[in-house]
Amino acid sequence: MDIDYNQTLDLTGVACPINFVKTKLKLEGMPKDEVLEVILDDGEPIMNVPKSVKEDGHKVLAIKPFGDRFKLYVKKQ
Amino acid sequence: MADESIKEFEKLGQQFKDEEKILKVDFDKLKAGGFIKQRQKDLFTVRLKVPGGRLPIKKLRKIIEVASKYSGSDYVHVSFRQSIEISHVHIRDFDNLVKELKEADQEVASCGARVRVPTACSGCEYNPRGISDTQKFAQEVDKRYFGKPQHHKFKISFSGCPIDCARTRGMDLGFQGEVEPKWEEPSCIGCRLCAKVCPTTAIIADKDTGKPHYYPDRCIYCGQCIKVCPSDSWCVNRTGNCVRIGGKHGYIPREANTVAHLIPDERVFDVIDKTLEWYGNNGQKRERIGNTIDRMGISKYLEFMGDILKWT
Ligand code: SF4
Ligand code: SF4
Ligand code: SF4
Repeated sequence: MDIDYNQTLDLTGVACPINFVKTKLKLEGMPKDEVLEVILDDGEPIMNVPKSVKEDGHKVLAIKPFGDRFKLYVKKQ
Repeated sequence: MADESIKEFEKLGQQFKDEEKILKVDFDKLKAGGFIKQRQKDLFTVRLKVPGGRLPIKKLRKIIEVASKYSGSDYVHVSFRQSIEISHVHIRDFDNLVKELKEADQEVASCGARVRVPTACSGCEYNPRGISDTQKFAQEVDKRYFGKPQHHKFKISFSGCPIDCARTRGMDLGFQGEVEPKWEEPSCIGCRLCAKVCPTTAIIADKDTGKPHYYPDRCIYCGQCIKVCPSDSWCVNRTGNCVRIGGKHGYIPREANTVAHLIPDERVFDVIDKTLEWYGNNGQKRERIGNTIDRMGISKYLEFMGDILKWT
């Protein structure tokens, strides 16, 4: 199942917590209900960023494996 | 002139007698108060009490002042059990040193066969993993039990979560924060992160949906699933404390017996009281509680503790 998204952000190689801050800023500039795709590394990034984004009030729609990385889909609230 | 030198001699003589008197002090007694004899003649290490490793800046300043004045060295040592040790203190300076430390309410620790200063990790106050308030417990244990005579040394320690930085497995009595998770299906998006983060095999992701299957008997109550879940599907069912008894380091170390999980905070002091009572009644002189347990059988201890350690 593919997920429709409006914008994408590749955070490969970007460490915590910079990756979260970049995601947050990106979401701030987007209209409500639009979907952002974020590419995250395995390890700390995929463990930390989804929860932090959720705690910021956005909706995490899905997380998909993407090679040795992950794709996170977030709906701006 | 002659008179003055006689007086001077008298003074010196008196001083010498006083010192002799002091030097005859029973070293074991000194040790009970946290003064540890060094290799060097008449020099001692003074161990200061820092319960839970929490040292108010006011006290730290005083320690610096006193150590600069009375220590024959240019350092203080941070011990493995979170105490600060001032080394190379001459026996004649004990009184003044203790008096001056008191001005900042800084007390000397204990050694010997008694309840030692409790140790603890920084806990949940600012540590993101922390589940239990280890600092609150440590300060309270210090107030209630510090220095109470036992058959042997008795170390109590608190860890905020199952990572167990405060090494409760090596303590006579240890408590470690735990959280029991609960899964609510409707919000789950099947992302598999919980199965990925679980340090045991207590969560297995469903092959098709990615949603968790939970096996409570393998759960170590670390709460990582709750922490990672981006949809609040995993949440807190209850929090409590794991209880460990009879651990020790030393020449012959012994790993503690884990005797309970998820004991509520308000029961922690009942566990300590009753454990010390059992040890008092059943332990032998110079025997650590872990050895008492080995000699009598853990079931004897559990029987005595009864409902206090029941947790399901
Ligand atoms: S035991 Fe847990 S809460 Fe305590 S310091 Fe270690 S990781 Fe943090
Ligand atoms: S609390 Fe820890 S051990 Fe238990 S299911 Fe969650 S992640 Fe796994
Ligand atoms: S982390 Fe949460 S949302 Fe993801 S599979 Fe586990 S319970 Fe479901």
